Amino acid sequence: MKKERVRGRKPQSLGSRIFDVVNYLLLAAVGFVMFYPMFYVFIVSISSAEYINQGAISFFPRGINFEAYKRVFDTESIWTGYKNTFLYTIVGTAVNVALTAMCAYPLSRKDFYGKKPLTVFITLTMFVSGGMIPLYLVVNGLHIMDTMWAVILPSAISTYNMIVMRTSFSAIPDSLVESAHLDGANDVHIFFKIVLPLSKPILATMVLFYAVTHWNSYFPALLYLNDQSKYPVQVIMRNIIIDGDMAQAGDMSGMLNVVATNYKYAIIIISVIPILLIYPFLQKYFTKGVMIGAVKG
Amino acid sequence: MKTLKRKQKQTHVPMTGKQRWKQIQKNKFLWVLMILPVLYYAIFCYGPMYGVLISFKDYKIAKGVWGSPWVGFKWFEKFLMDPYFWKLVRNTLLLNIYGLIFGFPIPIILALMLNEVTHSKFKRVIQTVSYLPHFISTVVVCGMLTNFLSMDGLINQILSFFGLEKVLFLMYPQYFRTIFTASGIWQSCGWTSIIYLASLTAVDQEIVEAAMIDGANRWQRIRNVTLPAIVPTISTMLIMQVGKLMTLGYEKIILLYNGSTYETADTIATYVYRRGILNADYSYSTAVGLFQSVVGVILLVTANKLSKKISETGLW
Repeated sequence: MKKERVRGRKPQSLGSRIFDVVNYLLLAAVGFVMFYPMFYVFIVSISSAEYINQGAISFFPRGINFEAYKRVFDTESIWTGYKNTFLYTIVGTAVNVALTAMCAYPLSRKDFYGKKPLTVFITLTMFVSGGMIPLYLVVNGLHIMDTMWAVILPSAISTYNMIVMRTSFSAIPDSLVESAHLDGANDVHIFFKIVLPLSKPILATMVLFYAVTHWNSYFPALLYLNDQSKYPVQVIMRNIIIDGDMAQAGDMSGMLNVVATNYKYAIIIISVIPILLIYPFLQKYFTKGVMIGAVKG
Repeated sequence: MKTLKRKQKQTHVPMTGKQRWKQIQKNKFLWVLMILPVLYYAIFCYGPMYGVLISFKDYKIAKGVWGSPWVGFKWFEKFLMDPYFWKLVRNTLLLNIYGLIFGFPIPIILALMLNEVTHSKFKRVIQTVSYLPHFISTVVVCGMLTNFLSMDGLINQILSFFGLEKVLFLMYPQYFRTIFTASGIWQSCGWTSIIYLASLTAVDQEIVEAAMIDGANRWQRIRNVTLPAIVPTISTMLIMQVGKLMTLGYEKIILLYNGSTYETADTIATYVYRRGILNADYSYSTAVGLFQSVVGVILLVTANKLSKKISETGLW
């Protein structure tokens, strides 16, 4: 704000104006590079096969139609994938948020006996880990292989998120907890009736953090699931979009408007839409989360 | 307050078992809350650390970790003697160093550029589009890459528009590092710039004004006032990056590489995945993974020490 005032007082020099022009142009170019790939995928997904095969699409869709989307909706494996992804995202996020809050709250209380050793016990895992194979063997040993729990439990708490949450909990004034204590409230009451209701913003942030991670994750499923009917949509997408497995898409030879390319791009757009819908919230909460983590982590 | 004082007194005298039990009783509910999280960390974080023992054993699932016979450093020797070892180390380091050299400065530059923008709507639009790739899944990013880089994909369309020859980029090892690094920057530069932008807002505007009155131009102000003010943030970020040097991005590599690009694309982590998960060479792949983590920890500790010496900021 101050800057603007100063600038308003004094006419800008030529050098400063050139600087601004170059800066704005470069940033516009950055914006274009960031935006164009997604935009291109979108316009190809609604264009017709004829123009796609000619490679004639650059900034506008041509021969607009939605048949590729229809084809995607008719693909059974995609539906199964989404069903699984929804399940893993909802159950996984619930487990994540509950366990993270359960872990963060005691560690945020100054009078919690055992706080120090437990903090060391937990933060140590941020720097040292057993690695991919020993974890795989642990999951195998628990006999949860090829079930939903294999995807959810090994990443039940993100220590980084837990620290963000602990920081937020410890910002609740001690006087509030103490006066509740004096009124005869026990810790159970304080946690559920005072701390959690006061922490709605951070809880919302955590829900978003974890939900996006589940929605986008493919590697745990690749490691721990063998049964195709349990694959989340990201694994199904990998098979179709990256490995080019078009067997599930059915015969396309008779179709005028659909080819492998716009079929694949339609799949991409469908998977990104939920993220775009919650993006305004994401931007608001995530940036806050990043700041808390960066400053106090 | 009362509880705090009592606790302070007790730190001088070692507690008896009874007193300890009393303390735990007082925070009973907090301990109940901690049960599941502690179990989680014990099973899924410390369990695998115990499992690392199999890298010194000839692990058989039926015999378990403890029951399998010891073999000493057999697997480490095997890995270090393998001529493929050097290729893996080279690829892991190069991919990460490329990411560091090109990927590290760009968010800083982006943040500095955004910081100079006074038109707030323009600034917001650029921020919004540049954060977005962070939320797009690895599978989608790699899906776009494989399709854009295919024979009749976007990139080859552009090349042939300019009369250049089409290339199947993902089939040639010489392109892999560029593809991997460039797409990584696309995914993360906007998002990482948030942290620098945050520390830029903390720069004292009075110093900037003073520099202006002294006749410093925009460029000089950025170089001599703004940039030095965010050096602590930069060095903290740098240590974290160096600490991650050995672990970066194998999920993305697994989606992008193939037999014909192993030459430059195969890294220690992807090799662990293939040997361990696909071939079930558990002991050997655990040893390879352990080698990687040990090098990673050494890098992190060294980077932290260096940073403390040079700029007096560190992670711990």
